[in-house]
Amino acid sequence: MPNTTPPPTSAAAGAHSDSGVKDRLPSLALVPRADNKQTMKDFKSDQEVRWCPGCGDYAVLAAVQGFMPELGLARENIVFVSGIGCSSRFPYYMNTYGMHSIHGRAPAIATGLASSRPDLSVWVVTGDGDALSIGGNHLIHALRRNVNLKILLFNNRIYGLTKGQYSPTSEVGKITKSTPMGSLDAPFNPLSLALGAEATFVARTVDSDRQHLTEVLRQAAAHPGTALVEIYQNCNIFNDGAFEVLKDKTQAQEAVIRLEHGRPIRFGPPTEDGLGAKGVVRDHTSGDLRVIDVTQEGTNDVLIHNAHATSPTTAFALTRLADADTLHHTPIGVLRNVERAVYDTQMNNQLDLAIEQQGKGDLTTLLHGNDTWTVTG
Amino acid sequence: MTSQVNSTAEQAENAEQANSPADNQDESALVEGQQRPGEEKEIRQLDRVIIRFAGDSGDGMQLTGDRFTSETASFGNDLSTLPNFPAEIRAPAGTLPGVSSFQLHFADHDILTPGDAPDVLVAMNPAALKANIADVPPGAVIIVNNDEFTKRPMAKVGYATNPLEDGSLTAYHIHSVPLTTLTVEALKPFGLTRKEAERSKNMFALGLLSWMYHRPTEGTEAFLRKKFAKKPQLAEANVTAFRAGWNYGETTEDFAVSYQVAPATKAFTPGTYRNITGNLALTYGLIAAATQADLPLYLGSYPITPASDILHELARHKNFNIRTFQAEDEIAGIGAALGAAFGGQLGVTTTSGPGVALKSETIGLAVSLELPLLVVDIQRGGPSTGLPTKTEQADLLQAMYGRNGEAPVPIIAPQTPADCFNAAIEAARIALTYRTPVFLLSDGYLANGSEPWHIPDVANLPDLRVQFATGTNHELPDGTQVFWPYKRDPHTLARPWAIPGTPGLEHRIGGIEKQNGSGNISYDPANHEFMVRTRQAKIDGITVEDLAIDDPSEAATTLVLGWGSTYGPIAAAMRRLRTQGIAVAHAHLRHLNPFPANTERVLKSYQRVIIPEMNLGQLATLVRAKYAINAHSHTQINGMPFKAEELATALKEAINA
Repeated sequence: MPNTTPPPTSAAAGAHSDSGVKDRLPSLALVPRADNKQTMKDFKSDQEVRWCPGCGDYAVLAAVQGFMPELGLARENIVFVSGIGCSSRFPYYMNTYGMHSIHGRAPAIATGLASSRPDLSVWVVTGDGDALSIGGNHLIHALRRNVNLKILLFNNRIYGLTKGQYSPTSEVGKITKSTPMGSLDAPFNPLSLALGAEATFVARTVDSDRQHLTEVLRQAAAHPGTALVEIYQNCNIFNDGAFEVLKDKTQAQEAVIRLEHGRPIRFGPPTEDGLGAKGVVRDHTSGDLRVIDVTQEGTNDVLIHNAHATSPTTAFALTRLADADTLHHTPIGVLRNVERAVYDTQMNNQLDLAIEQQGKGDLTTLLHGNDTWTVTG
Repeated sequence: MTSQVNSTAEQAENAEQANSPADNQDESALVEGQQRPGEEKEIRQLDRVIIRFAGDSGDGMQLTGDRFTSETASFGNDLSTLPNFPAEIRAPAGTLPGVSSFQLHFADHDILTPGDAPDVLVAMNPAALKANIADVPPGAVIIVNNDEFTKRPMAKVGYATNPLEDGSLTAYHIHSVPLTTLTVEALKPFGLTRKEAERSKNMFALGLLSWMYHRPTEGTEAFLRKKFAKKPQLAEANVTAFRAGWNYGETTEDFAVSYQVAPATKAFTPGTYRNITGNLALTYGLIAAATQADLPLYLGSYPITPASDILHELARHKNFNIRTFQAEDEIAGIGAALGAAFGGQLGVTTTSGPGVALKSETIGLAVSLELPLLVVDIQRGGPSTGLPTKTEQADLLQAMYGRNGEAPVPIIAPQTPADCFNAAIEAARIALTYRTPVFLLSDGYLANGSEPWHIPDVANLPDLRVQFATGTNHELPDGTQVFWPYKRDPHTLARPWAIPGTPGLEHRIGGIEKQNGSGNISYDPANHEFMVRTRQAKIDGITVEDLAIDDPSEAATTLVLGWGSTYGPIAAAMRRLRTQGIAVAHAHLRHLNPFPANTERVLKSYQRVIIPEMNLGQLATLVRAKYAINAHSHTQINGMPFKAEELATALKEAINA
């Protein structure tokens, strides 16, 4: 069982937010609000979207554009920053401020922007190659600092823009143009990595499940600090069907574990209590998590999901449940959502404190210092 | 004071430095002998002295040198300093690679360099003696800590016999002083361990030298009490050691003479002065630029020698609306600065050569985004890790060309430690006016060296305020008013700086080629050619001050062209040559990209152009390529600044060739 008491949940548990209404989002308290009600159309730029037909990115774009009006923020105070890759074209299609930067560096650039402009809502759009390969360093450091950034990591487990090489999330043995005999390197589990990097908000969702995606975005937006949202995204050209098992209704019952804060971790075909026949329990011997059949072993030991647990231990164990090959037992939803001091807030507080302690900077005084002499004519 | 190249005071330096280093001390020492009434010891007047403090890297030689410098500055001498230390924080004790030194040149007149050869060497151990003796001319004074001249420390550096006793130092005036013993003795009342007491021996040495040269002592005592405010016992112990050193000079017969160097009244124009290092001046320049631009400053930086002091200093001044971000790496440092620049801050990143290599791609992005950004490169010895604590000018071509594609970046190089202040402001002016990244190329010599600085009147600093875009700037054929992020100012070719939070100007920019005007992605061949040429034209069109020529004879046929930190040594070499009747002109480039508009005319008006550099001829390469002249390249790449005398000799040879 989680070692802290979960806060009360909202009535409509489902995949729904438990963190309050948007008017009080602590992460966006300093961001000016829109004067008028917005619609999805307000967030569509005039640029032609140039992803491959059928790409999962379209669904994510639509979900984000559809969700943004809900935040009710002044459009000019929203910035999307991206790196390089298919997903990183995203900012061009958002009618907000945006920067399409260089490979892997978006978290660093966004850190500079967010930490100097608390009046902005800053989003990073990145992919598995961008965030986990060339930009791995920036990702982990943004997470540990807890800068007020929302990072959307589109994971298609392949390099798309460079035409199909394996990525740091590709399964071992992946046959691609660069690995004709199969890839050798063990993949990253992005959520395990994020938790190891002291992330305060870690979630996973799927491109095709707009409702779930939107709910995760909602919670991410509300989170003060860095939110990492991994979005399983289908590349229909180079890695088609990579997440089919999570999308196909029948297979998904066994494959997908929908995490809902304060709810028992149950999945699989429904039983008479309305919840799934499978449950996640902690093995008393190993301390690890395992999946049981509740019709056989009962529901007493089934874990109640606590996204607010201080310790990331259980969240980490959940990220390890999925079978790397079959993707069976893949948790989706918000795995971790805890509050910790936010970097940009603290940075700005230090400026206030410095003025309080030393007074507002005076250039003449500074240039003179303590040790001068005067030469007279 | 390095700005007055034609003062009468320079004649004194000329006359004297034209002498061979060997008789340097004797020639300059006895200007006037006198004895103070009621005092036994003789006081002699000198016009200039070069002192080098040398010891183990843990002996506190940099602090000792800094304190002596502060005393000297507050006394009113002109001065120039050259710290020289190993990259290791505590190299193995007593070894040659572990020797740290600090050279100070001070005078009653205007001087330009830290001096070629020390008149006085303070050697705290055998390694310090051995590592520095080759630089010391015969006749010079050497003060050694003889407590350290025991078998093992001497054997460690290869002294088979004791140099203090074997007659090998007869050419010098040796003062053999038991600095350690005397210090420990003086600190007995404090009840410190021997090891703790020994650590104050640098203050004893400082006290002794302060007596020898009549330095004011209040500043050092106040400094020690402040530095050890939390450990009053240590503060008093150090003050006691300092005074004991002073008293030792006053009482012991070994030191029969003390020296006075009068304040350099004629070298300084009226005003308020302080002593300042290059890195501190550069930091103040950045703060002044942000203040004058009325913008918050954002520094994204990763620690690297010899640039870290700028990060440290800026971090102390958050009350100037300064954010300092110690990033996870060099790339994130500049990335954050660029992100902040997008948000309307004065973005700055500070580094050295290896860091520039890592930042190159982001600098290219800044070129493409056309956002203001300052890239401060405190050059050090390279390639690769190279010589982190030594100076070099070998990043010029990296700054000029070290990016993929055609990615022109303006380059500014300060000339003296104090000039780093002006150079930083000039770099900010160009970055803000032209919306471009700008390189500021300082180096280790300027960064750590110091000189008196005429503190400017803030009211006279340039106004750097910028106008952010506030509204639409373009009308589409259908009459719609829109904002075009790449519609340029017709004069500067700068694009508008529209920062997030400005309603109606939402736009997307990126590293992909953009359509002229609209900024939308464009792969159109003709557009690309236009944009490449436009970005180049913007940098080429930057207005910079003309290249000034220093040629008192107005008859020179040889021009010596320098850039950056070689200003002092070149100007000092000029004085030497002119004293010998050789007419020679000196011009010094502050702007390396673009070159001043009159550069070609200046270069082509001389029969011979000589370019001294601390690299293998990088400016010479640029000048030859751009102006097709046969410039003579004179280079030195030993991690140290040019010595004026050696440079004068080399220039003379080149002129006579």
